[in-house]
Amino acid sequence: MEHATHQLPGLMTRTEADLRQIFLRQVEAIPAGERIKRCIQCGTCTGSCPVSYAMDISPRQLIALFRAGELETVMKSRSIWICASCYACTTRCPSGIKITDVIYALKRTVMEKGYESKAPQVQVLARLFVDNLMSYGRLHEGTLIRKYYMKTGIFKLFGFVPLVIKMFETKRLALFPKKIKEHKSLSRIIKKAQEIEMRHVPEKLEYSPEFVGYRGLGEMKLESRKGE
Amino acid sequence: MKYAYYPGCSLEKTQRGYDESVREVFKALDQELIEIDDWNCCGATMYMSVKETVSLAVSARNLALAERMGLDILAPCSSCFTTLSKTNRILNQIPEMHRDVNEALAEGGLSYSGKVRVRHPLDILMNDIGLETVRAKFKRNLNGLKIAPYYGCQIVRPDKTFDDRENPMLLDRLFRACGGEPVYFPMKVRCCGGMLMTTFEETALKLNKELLECAMDNGADVMVTTCPLCHFNLEAYQGKINNFYKTKFNVPVMYFTQLLGIALGLPAKGLGLDSSFIPLGEKINSLAEAHYA
Ligand code: SF4
Ligand code: SF4
Repeated sequence: MEHATHQLPGLMTRTEADLRQIFLRQVEAIPAGERIKRCIQCGTCTGSCPVSYAMDISPRQLIALFRAGELETVMKSRSIWICASCYACTTRCPSGIKITDVIYALKRTVMEKGYESKAPQVQVLARLFVDNLMSYGRLHEGTLIRKYYMKTGIFKLFGFVPLVIKMFETKRLALFPKKIKEHKSLSRIIKKAQEIEMRHVPEKLEYSPEFVGYRGLGEMKLESRKGE
Repeated sequence: MKYAYYPGCSLEKTQRGYDESVREVFKALDQELIEIDDWNCCGATMYMSVKETVSLAVSARNLALAERMGLDILAPCSSCFTTLSKTNRILNQIPEMHRDVNEALAEGGLSYSGKVRVRHPLDILMNDIGLETVRAKFKRNLNGLKIAPYYGCQIVRPDKTFDDRENPMLLDRLFRACGGEPVYFPMKVRCCGGMLMTTFEETALKLNKELLECAMDNGADVMVTTCPLCHFNLEAYQGKINNFYKTKFNVPVMYFTQLLGIALGLPAKGLGLDSSFIPLGEKINSLAEAHYA
């Protein structure tokens, strides 16, 4: 009967359960992350968000869908990538939910699962940013932008010519990336941190009736292990 | 006071106007800035989207370096300020994270106990040095220059920092004190879109158009910012906004430390005023130059 459970009406699919496990682990890392349980669906977040008009799923809906066991839908949305991390929602949420951090957690879940998103360019930029930091220790904007447009639409690069000239004229153009001195030690720190991060990833997912299903939704295993 | 100065990647070159003016203004106010030797990128908002422990460790390396200097950090870039403060807060609140991050830092021969404070120049100017002391050093009256004080979304959020989260007033008070006239600017903490200018250009163009419109409608001569990203979006992309929306904006954008530098009578050369793309206009130029003629 191992497969029977997730086919019953009202129960989660395996993918959904899988996503939840990753996502809940990410949410746990947010100080006071368990407050996500306290959403009253007031919509203040959506109303405060400067870019909600361009989202396919509003910040309020993100939380509603998560609670309804539709995390998979959320993962495939454009919204989480449009979020500019401006904290307007977080500042105003009457329930003290850190929506911006919840969205970061969603982004990391998508990155971890390697989902295809509706806004792949953001993932491209995030990855290039990380590569850039890994190779030099400091961000070289020129390299980042050049590589980004080479991957997402090389013609746009030509549009930057006037800007680059202006930057050159005003002595604001750094032609070459510079490596920090302790570059090797930074790489070691990053490598170690990656190892540590992996330690928290469970090797095998466990499915139990209380985890898979609506019953488990109401009692998410989010303990308030850290206060605010 | 002495501070461990963290310029951050943008200030190093592309936003040299901010870097130069912060250094000059702090010198003029007898504050010592010692640049953190070999600092690394704080990770900004991007890293947070990828791996959490890694992003915290990358950012914490700077905190550890400052702790070794025994100084608090001064971070003028809003994004660095928020990232470093957030890392600091998480490490102080979640012991597990603190332990993990220290384990990673140890690979680089570093450790961080959590004692450093991350400060923004506006906070230090207004809350530590104090308006009265700054006022005593003013050499030039801004002569009713109309200023749109744009705080941006990062420095006053997400948690309580040093000014109100919805209606911060420190820039208003600072520039009123030097004879400027801060205009009504209800969008003072509205987001400029940040990196969206690269990933969702149309959305970011709209946000910045609205900001410029709000400043113009309220009669501003200049927009004053505290963040390199806001500055770049509002200034370097103004031409593009004009093309896209058929508008005719020609709004000078300055770092608050540049304008403050003028009020303090500092030489224009040291304030990086020559790094602006949009001409500062007669009013500001005459204020900046008259003094040294
Ligand atoms: S503002 Fe907070 S409580 Fe209201 S809908 Fe958004 S997340 Fe829920
Ligand atoms: S942090 Fe993201 S979701 Fe929240 S208001 Fe800003 S852009 Fe919208």
